[in-house]
Amino acid sequence: MTLRRTEILLALLLAAALILAALSTPWLRFVLTIALAKGVAVLGILLLLRAGQVSFGHALYVALGAYAVAFLAPSMPEASLLLPAAAALAGAVGLLVGLFVSRYREIFFGMLNLALSMVFYSVLEKLYHITKGTDGIRVPAITVLGQPLEGATYGWAVFGIALALAFLFGLFVRAYLASPMGQALAAIKTRETRLDFMGVSPRQILLSAYVLSAVMAGCAGALIAMATRHVTPLLAYWTASGELVFIAVLGGAGGVLGPFLGAITFELVRVYAAATVADAWQMILGTVLLLVILFARGGIWGLVASWLGRRRAA
Amino acid sequence: MHESSPLTRRGMLAAGFGSVLLPGSLSAQAPAQKPSELKIGITTFLSGPASVFGVPGRNAAEMLAEEVNREGGIGGVPVRLFFVDEGPGIDHLVGEFRRLVQNERVDVMFASISSGSCLACTPLAEELRKVTVLWDCGSQRIFEENSYKYAFRSQANSTGEVMAALLYLLKHKPDFRSIAVVNQDYAWGRDSWEIWKTGMDVLKPGVRVAAELFPRFGATDFSAEVTRLLALRPDIILNTSWGGDLDTFIRQAAERRLFERSTFVMPLAESSLERVGRLLPPGHIVGSRGDHWHQHPRPANPQALQRFVENYRSRFNAYPIYPTYHMAQAFSALRAAYAKAIAGNGGNWPSDLQLAGAFPGLEFDSPTARLRIREDGQGMEPQLIGTTVQDDRFPFPVMDRMVIFPPEMVMPPVGQKSLAWIRTLNADVVSRVPDPVRPAG
Amino acid sequence: MGEWFEQNGALLGLALLDGIASAALIFMVAVGLNLVFGVLRVLNVAHGSFFAIGAYAAASLGLFLASAGLPAWASLLAILLAAVLTGLTLGPLIERFLLRRIYAEESVLQLLVTFALFMILEDAQKLLWGVQPVSFSGPVSMMGTVDVPFAGDVIPYNTYQVILLPAIALLTLVGLALFLRRTLTGRVIVAVTLDREAATAMGIDAGRIYLLTFAFGAVLAALGGALSAPTASLVPGVGASTIVLSFAVVATAGLGQIEGAALTALMIGIGRSVAVTFEPELEVVVPYLIMVAVLLVRPQGLFGVPETRRI
Repeated sequence: MTLRRTEILLALLLAAALILAALSTPWLRFVLTIALAKGVAVLGILLLLRAGQVSFGHALYVALGAYAVAFLAPSMPEASLLLPAAAALAGAVGLLVGLFVSRYREIFFGMLNLALSMVFYSVLEKLYHITKGTDGIRVPAITVLGQPLEGATYGWAVFGIALALAFLFGLFVRAYLASPMGQALAAIKTRETRLDFMGVSPRQILLSAYVLSAVMAGCAGALIAMATRHVTPLLAYWTASGELVFIAVLGGAGGVLGPFLGAITFELVRVYAAATVADAWQMILGTVLLLVILFARGGIWGLVASWLGRRRAA
Repeated sequence: MHESSPLTRRGMLAAGFGSVLLPGSLSAQAPAQKPSELKIGITTFLSGPASVFGVPGRNAAEMLAEEVNREGGIGGVPVRLFFVDEGPGIDHLVGEFRRLVQNERVDVMFASISSGSCLACTPLAEELRKVTVLWDCGSQRIFEENSYKYAFRSQANSTGEVMAALLYLLKHKPDFRSIAVVNQDYAWGRDSWEIWKTGMDVLKPGVRVAAELFPRFGATDFSAEVTRLLALRPDIILNTSWGGDLDTFIRQAAERRLFERSTFVMPLAESSLERVGRLLPPGHIVGSRGDHWHQHPRPANPQALQRFVENYRSRFNAYPIYPTYHMAQAFSALRAAYAKAIAGNGGNWPSDLQLAGAFPGLEFDSPTARLRIREDGQGMEPQLIGTTVQDDRFPFPVMDRMVIFPPEMVMPPVGQKSLAWIRTLNADVVSRVPDPVRPAG
Repeated sequence: MGEWFEQNGALLGLALLDGIASAALIFMVAVGLNLVFGVLRVLNVAHGSFFAIGAYAAASLGLFLASAGLPAWASLLAILLAAVLTGLTLGPLIERFLLRRIYAEESVLQLLVTFALFMILEDAQKLLWGVQPVSFSGPVSMMGTVDVPFAGDVIPYNTYQVILLPAIALLTLVGLALFLRRTLTGRVIVAVTLDREAATAMGIDAGRIYLLTFAFGAVLAALGGALSAPTASLVPGVGASTIVLSFAVVATAGLGQIEGAALTALMIGIGRSVAVTFEPELEVVVPYLIMVAVLLVRPQGLFGVPETRRI
């Protein structure tokens, strides 16, 4: 069996494990929903990483998606409408911003994204009368396919949507990366000029990846808003963007399962760290990241892939 | 020991993955059994700038839990605390809230310093049907915009805290003509200015607002703001900041003699007095988010206050500041609620619903006053405002001419929204402001 | 326009003064970050931690010296000593044992190593110094105030902020410029900044230069923190807010450009104080607006040199 096919099998196994964990432990369902949502956002980061670009500002799109849900839900409390709306808004803003930032590379690319997300963060705080500032906005009850749901049922519904979107975007990104568009992304990282020689515009390649990543981050934000039912400007803060990059590297950029493995590990480590040493969880997360970078550069997915490789060889 | 060792807690967490647990919502209906320990989940800031309040709050909780357990616990059950950091944001907090309720099976939650956290936690309290005591957050929106069956606040709210300071100013320095505001740029900074401005426009129309400055939350340099205020010379400067921001502002303003040009109103400065010390000159108006103050002029229970202050000082080497008193209020409220609920249940241990039922109308003691929780869940707590003065007994300014405002004077009645209520006030309320309390000693 | 100046000229003058004072501190922190980025191509998030630890160390040392009965000028010594100690301990350790192991890897990994360090050091500060605001005012009180005339009135300014800080920043700028242009080590650093591959091909010991630059950058960050300690109360998270601002300066200035860092710091410092005077709500976004505006016109930063495109 090739690694690519094993990947699908692993994804199904992982999904089954998640459902089992959520079934056995109610609070985990929420934590895993958040992890899946962040995983979706990190898929977008993964696309940009393929091009060698690190965005330190994708929390902007997560927050955009989340606030879209918070603002639209009172007049349109239906998940199947809110999600596409959030995705469309994030995509549209992503296109506008992307037209600007896709001209830049490396630190300039990273920092421009950071700057724009921080401006958005400030705007969320400044427009206090509209956004309620740091108090944040409560998301009203949302129906799923017209069904008014409550409590655990609603939690399951959001978990299910997150899982479905994770599969959908995972498969899509897998196909995208294998396509010429995806291959060209890798070329931006190695030798961008070669693309020019081939008559391909690196800017357009990066732009389409950027818009896709914005859409995914917007969906993630919508999911987070629907799960937590309360959105605050902290979603757009630069540390939230850093967290996404953190998860991408923790999970490994080698495959589409990486973001989800990374996000689940991140959330669980944080919960464990917070439960054991409530005031030093940052130290524990930092140490985990350091160890992964120093001793398992491919991230968790890298470890899994090499283990599978060894097994096949044996 | 009330605190679990990390190892056992981790063990319990691991057990949670495998075992099939009842949904938390069932516990409300199940006949309650007296537990072997009473678990309290406490959300507080353990990281970031707001840990200047969060950590003293936790310190106080640990100290109080030990005291409670030495005295035989609550209703004969020893308490055990679980802490959650608010620092990482709402998605983490909501997850941890669920974990504590559904996995650790806490009996009650004490929620949050940040109003954003409280606004996210209260609906969760309803969903999980778990009694949640809002122990420190101030937003008046919580009980004015929604009603809750399981959430209660054991202290006042922003409206009372700001209105008391305004009334104090109107009574003691009525002839000011201009004002400038320097508040932190986040919800409390904006909210408190809106409450103040609304009240000021009603009670003393025509005051000129010289500047509205909202420096970044966590700013470390206020030079430009101080310059602007020095140039504008407003009669009054309102500053509702706290923590490092307020300390820094006071220091930068003091070095540049801004305190000589304008009178400051700082409703949260009690928590900074010991740190800024003599830099803060006499004659400025200071509050403490309630009626707590280690030199309270007329505490309801002087021995209790003295014991609390001395214990806290000997243990943590600092005077207690308002979040520690707020924590004490939450503990006191919980104790009283259990006593009431047990009595109402024929001496048996109460269910979550019965415990929640004990809170509306509940009366409980703080070291300084007798407090009450209203039918809408809002706590009624007096407000103490004073003017700074030097006292040779302390290396920092203390409060003089202290006025204790009864809660009804500065907070809207049940069912009314703060701003609408403030607009119904008239100058008459200023004349009803009590006289300063003369210290007993 | 003329009328506006007549009315607000004096206010603008005051804002300039504040802007220069705050630019001095911004420059001190950002120039170290920029130097490190220019040479190592590592965007060091832990730079913010160095800033915070330098500040805390200066406050502790300053308070200790004062309690030991040393005269007030010793507090200035505390600032310098704390910065050098912090920078020379943390800098070389981190370069040697962490960064060096991953220079060959993708730049995102290097950035994340420093991000991880930042998280670890954030909690370490809390364990060492607690969460209550820490401060020491020694130098500010010692140096007193200077009165600036304004509209028939005077505005007192801290001598420390409007004279000492800009003087130190200027000295640093000139000293650095001379060091980079006139000394052999300095020229080697410039060579590595401009073209790492060519420089190493010519036999330059890049490892030594990296170590040197990183340690130096750490000292500068710690010095920036130490210099801010006398005017600001230190709380957890102070490093985080510093680092974002420094990032903006680096991208605006151009890689490794110290003059660029100085000019950007001035623009941001003055921009912010002018905003506070005339349009306070804009203050927070000023650094980012400046950055976006500069990069629109000059995609390589103010003083950046376009990199040769690799084929």
